[in-house]
Amino acid sequence: MRVAESTEIYAPAETIWAFLEDPARVLHFMSGMTRWEVVSEQATGLGARYRMLMRVGSAEVGSLIEIVEFAPARDLAWTSVTGIDQRARWRLRERSPSRTAPRTHVEFRLSYGVAGAGIAGWIAERLAAPQVRGHVGRSLSQLKRQVEHEHLRSTAAERRRTKTVEA
Amino acid sequence: MSHRPLEPLPRPTAGNAATDFPARLLRGLAGQVSPRTPKADLDERDPDYIRDNLPLLWLASSLYFRGEVRGLGNIPESGAVLLVGNHSGGNLTPDTAVFTLAFSTYFGVERQFFQLAHNLVLSVPGLGRLRKFGTVAASHENAERALSTGAALLVYPGGDREVHRPSWEGNRVNFAQRKGWIRLALAHDVPVVPVVSVGGQETALFLSRGENLAKLLRLDKALRLKVLPISFALPWGLNIGDFAGHIPLPAKITVEALAPVHLRDEFGPEPDVDEVYDHVTRLMQETLDALAAERRFPVIG
Repeated sequence: MRVAESTEIYAPAETIWAFLEDPARVLHFMSGMTRWEVVSEQATGLGARYRMLMRVGSAEVGSLIEIVEFAPARDLAWTSVTGIDQRARWRLRERSPSRTAPRTHVEFRLSYGVAGAGIAGWIAERLAAPQVRGHVGRSLSQLKRQVEHEHLRSTAAERRRTKTVEA
Repeated sequence: MSHRPLEPLPRPTAGNAATDFPARLLRGLAGQVSPRTPKADLDERDPDYIRDNLPLLWLASSLYFRGEVRGLGNIPESGAVLLVGNHSGGNLTPDTAVFTLAFSTYFGVERQFFQLAHNLVLSVPGLGRLRKFGTVAASHENAERALSTGAALLVYPGGDREVHRPSWEGNRVNFAQRKGWIRLALAHDVPVVPVVSVGGQETALFLSRGENLAKLLRLDKALRLKVLPISFALPWGLNIGDFAGHIPLPAKITVEALAPVHLRDEFGPEPDVDEVYDHVTRLMQETLDALAAERRFPVIG
């Protein structure tokens, strides 16, 4: 089953990327996520591994995942190593790279399921979809709010710094 | 794997003719069941099979029983651990299914996890597949072997006595003074994690354990059954014995794993078994009282 949601975030892609690549920040914006734990030596980057769990229905389901694509400010993709099968991707595309009004299109795609689970798996994936889609949608909303607040704070700080230098 | 065979039924003596026929019938039944009782083999646990069946368990747990499992973070991340639970629901225990799903998705099917069950459960045609989930016949040897491999082991000390308690005792932990699990935990020096569940005893109307009836029919000798439960359950109506199972009502099941109890850390190098028993059962009863207080209606939860 594949779920995809997107939104426009009024911030540069680099600012959004700083949130996505930092494992310490993931639980702050990912809805339904109860665990995002680094289990590899490297905390981020290609090959980094995490143990993640998301509450769906009566269980916390998840996998050991590995980052398989790491293109800064563009694409972050992972795939499961053990646990529930999943592939996911954060896709960032700058629509307006201007310094004054930056805008980035952010899309989150998540494919999940249990290969070989037959008809029960097919039904379970579809019945879980509204909840998973809700988690994905809320995660994007929370990411947008946090990133835009961060962007406003940093631009205001820069403006104050510039004024101080000019004075 | 050593396996204790079912004890032969004593031959009836003169003067108990009233019980002669049932006794002979049960002896025959015991003779049929005994060879069918599977030899427990830990290698029969099949992670791929469990994984393939997670969606089915998820459907039953999430949609039918509206399961809720709390405190899984209290279970040590790795290593042997003894999970001691109360259980409910007659011969079909929905709390076990809800907890097995939650454990398997939380820690992954790769983590060794075994559950002890009554021999008779594993002998029922069609339920043999439970062995692939890690269910093994309840015996001290099997428990020892599971813990010595570093697995998590789930035991229900209350056994058939607890699971068939009347519905009005549904919110009571009843281990029937069975303390073998404490000696087991001490022998292997593993932490004990109490697992408390509520709701299972609302899946049917349980009227009586039928202990006197079981004694009269000598079921304890023939099938190691101390009870012959009587209940009202779907689809049978009056259900005596629950041997064919029943359709459980969709009661909401809530399970909570408590903080681990490290016996020697808390009770000294030579813990008093009675003291440990009282402590753990009191912890569980207090939690069960709190979980029961959250429920507003039977079945609905």
